[in-house]
Amino acid sequence: MSYIPNTDAQRHEMLKAAGVQNFDELFERAVPRKLWDNTEFKMPPPLSELEVSVLLNELSSKNICTSEIISFIGAGVYNHYMPAAVNALLFRSEFYTAYTPYQAEVAQGTLQSIFEYQTMVSEILGMEVSNASMYDGATACAEAALIASAHTGRNKILVPRTLHPNYAAVTSTYLSGLPIAVDTLPASDGLIDIESAMKMIDDKTAAVLIQQPNFLGLLEDVEPIIESAHKAGALAVMVVDPITLGVLKSPGEYGADIAVAEGQPFGIPQAFGGPLLGMMAVNKNLVRRLPGRLVGKTIDSRGNEGFCLTLQTREQHIRRNKATSNICTNQALCALAATIYLSLLGPGGLKHLGELALENSHYAYDKAVNIKGFSSKFDSPFFREFVVETSVKPSKLIEKALLKGILPGVDLSVFDIGLDNCLMLAFTEMTGKTQIDKLVQVLSGL
Amino acid sequence: MGQEGNCKTKGDYLALSKSITIFDRSTPGLSGLDLPEIQKEASHFIPEKYLRKKKPILPEVSENEVVRHYIGLSIKNHHIDKGLYPLGSCTMKYNPKVNDRAAMLPGFTDIHPFQPESTVQGALELLYNLAELLGEISGMDDVTLQPVAGAHGEFTSLLMIRAYHTKIGNPRQTVVFPDSAHGTNPASVTMAGYKSVQIKSGQDGLVDVSTLKAAMNENVAAFMLTNPNTLGLFDKNILEIADIVHSVGAQFYMDGANLNALLGRVKPAEMGFDIVHFNLHKTFSTPHGGGGPGAGALGLKKHLSPFMPSPIVVKNGDKYGLDYDRPDSIGKVHSFYGNFANLVRGYTYIRQLGLDGLRSVSENAVINANYLMANLKAFYDLPYDRTCMHEFVLSGERQKKAGVRTTDIAKRLMDFGFHPPTVYFPLIVSEAMMIEPTESESKAELDRFIEAMIQIAREVEEKPDIIKTAPHNTPVGRMDEGKAARDLVVKWSPITEHC
Ligand SMILES: Cc1ncc(COP(=O)(O)O)c(C=O)c1O
Repeated sequence: MSYIPNTDAQRHEMLKAAGVQNFDELFERAVPRKLWDNTEFKMPPPLSELEVSVLLNELSSKNICTSEIISFIGAGVYNHYMPAAVNALLFRSEFYTAYTPYQAEVAQGTLQSIFEYQTMVSEILGMEVSNASMYDGATACAEAALIASAHTGRNKILVPRTLHPNYAAVTSTYLSGLPIAVDTLPASDGLIDIESAMKMIDDKTAAVLIQQPNFLGLLEDVEPIIESAHKAGALAVMVVDPITLGVLKSPGEYGADIAVAEGQPFGIPQAFGGPLLGMMAVNKNLVRRLPGRLVGKTIDSRGNEGFCLTLQTREQHIRRNKATSNICTNQALCALAATIYLSLLGPGGLKHLGELALENSHYAYDKAVNIKGFSSKFDSPFFREFVVETSVKPSKLIEKALLKGILPGVDLSVFDIGLDNCLMLAFTEMTGKTQIDKLVQVLSGL
Repeated sequence: MGQEGNCKTKGDYLALSKSITIFDRSTPGLSGLDLPEIQKEASHFIPEKYLRKKKPILPEVSENEVVRHYIGLSIKNHHIDKGLYPLGSCTMKYNPKVNDRAAMLPGFTDIHPFQPESTVQGALELLYNLAELLGEISGMDDVTLQPVAGAHGEFTSLLMIRAYHTKIGNPRQTVVFPDSAHGTNPASVTMAGYKSVQIKSGQDGLVDVSTLKAAMNENVAAFMLTNPNTLGLFDKNILEIADIVHSVGAQFYMDGANLNALLGRVKPAEMGFDIVHFNLHKTFSTPHGGGGPGAGALGLKKHLSPFMPSPIVVKNGDKYGLDYDRPDSIGKVHSFYGNFANLVRGYTYIRQLGLDGLRSVSENAVINANYLMANLKAFYDLPYDRTCMHEFVLSGERQKKAGVRTTDIAKRLMDFGFHPPTVYFPLIVSEAMMIEPTESESKAELDRFIEAMIQIAREVEEKPDIIKTAPHNTPVGRMDEGKAARDLVVKWSPITEHC
């Protein structure tokens, strides 16, 4: 096997040093024979590197990927352009094959890049402190609810029906073992119903979650909800699409207490939905409740500035059952991808990307709602995604468009949110005028 | 240290070498990525009240400068492609390059989780086959691939166990685990709404059967055990332990972080476990990426299947699909289906190795660890002096009496070009050094490590100062972790950072 660097002779020498003649003798000293003597494994035979490459190529080519077809699917994961420099740096062994930077002196590369990541995320979200990453947007959302409950000592979380259904599902799974209730804030016209929200936010409420733009791409009226949350002593948790934040008001500007986001748009491939990047940032008063790693700046014995993991007493390896979270392995490499991506983009690039998505989605909207059999579902302002009602079942539409090289969007009937004949389309810099004109042409011809 | 410039403030001299962040390299007007033109400003589409007023500070740097910056950072890291990384419990093995090439195929990177099933048959087939293989390796009936890390798998399992107990009566109140357990175990217990009951390990470092018996009752939902445990010892009484756990109707959870020692030899199901988490980023060679992403699948017995996270991958004839119709499922624990790209890597690895390769992994991992242990135990205390599995734990007590702590030894090892072992864990060994060489290391590399450890042991006697002031050959000296926590600075800012 090409990943084992010792010969039989060397192994024999090592076994002798360990006081045995052969491996079975060694193994038997540790593991009772009856647990391994008759164990059978039915596994396919080993493959050479060449053969395994062929096998994986075959599997890969059974998928239809967004480089072969034009996709307007979004809903939490987006097809963005991947600058070549991102992977060129990411796949450096020095980053790629290192682990959690427990030993700061030999991990300054990872530590400083996380420090830079924390800075960028705090800046973009408009918050004071970012952690070093969560698993994904959905689990970040759930962990934010946990922070809020611990901080307020309250046990009711309000989750709007306009939150990504998968985030709502993950949040309620995460809280299911705890005495914390998850109540749904109703929606009207695709937005949080403000009046109901006002009534439901009370002195038992730990947190109100608000997604901006919401799952349907629409812009929520955030201020009154945050105001009423704060008045009731609850925390406001905002869930955002970070690519919009060169343009849209940040959670910090809205006065959110916790901001979470799915960082996938920042240089991370769609990859069938994982690995993703959970971003989380809070204001200083909550820093000791943050889950996961945090990097701080310090000084070394030689007087150099440098970085190390900090406030580790929040974490499971020290605090065990009293830790703020169980998270250990996180999404560090995805955080690095985002850091490199944002370094390339700069503030102008971030804004520009948001504007491209905005312009493309509006160009498409104006055309789409004029196609026969398609109509606009909601009237309020949207960002990079919008919903159309269709006279033909969306699943049928998708099937037909696929034959013409288009993935037109997400069939909302698969979610239990009462939007049955609705298709949601998403836009990025990858879906410009050319792609949209093709989309319109295909949809018009169905 | 090409990255660091000396910096003086006007007036008093500061002998500080400042860190140069990407923000310090920023020059207004530069950018590292050209984009297509836009026609209209955002305000054309969106009312003013939704628009951002306070611009985020982000670096303005050209692409070549970005590349130099991160290459400059990268060279300050130790990593497995450079040398031994014997971080116990983390299984820092070589990450085969073919895995990454496979994971980066456009058919895997450029597919969306909401694409129609007909367009992602290859991905679903891979997931289905990987689940089958992990089922075979663990002897379990079913596998879910949704959790994305070990801790995530623990938490998911405990929610499934809660759902199982609830279904047959009541959820129960506590979860028991030994004091050698990894910190994620108790932390997951709390998140799943259970009370932690930690039991003391026996003199031999294993589960003390009478202590366990005393702790088990009808309130206990599960017993969590790492086997081999975090001392690198296999619990020989495992079948008896399983009986004790099951006799009160509790579930037996295996923390499978140490599965590398058992690959192709011992099946968790045959040890009596009901559910096990795999760390694909340890056992199945997916890269650690500076702290993640990982992948943390679960193998489980049939009685727990209904509670698996939704959806599950199913096969109908020669078509693959996602089944959401799972009325007893605990729900979702991830936005989509887990860390797919890492599942591709793990699948590539298992298919390439086959059974012979997996057996070779466990054999070489165990031999390497025992070889190191045999050569080091004369120089350091070995509290549990028995044949180990894939790792073992030394104690720095002897050295501590001479005034040198385990931290110092860890830092000194860096001067020899090695990453230190895991230190101060497990908590039941004082001044612990947990050493896991993995199967990836040659005898020559292990001999170099032994030599370094012996030299350090000698230095403790002869010139302890060189250890206490270590490291000396690293990009930076010993970091003041206390200061980092006291004077919390967790982001760059133009005021405190500019000279
Ligand atoms: C014994 C043990 N259990 C659980 C974990 C948690 O796994 P993860 O870091 O993937 O969440 C680890 C490793 O970090 C471990 O070593």
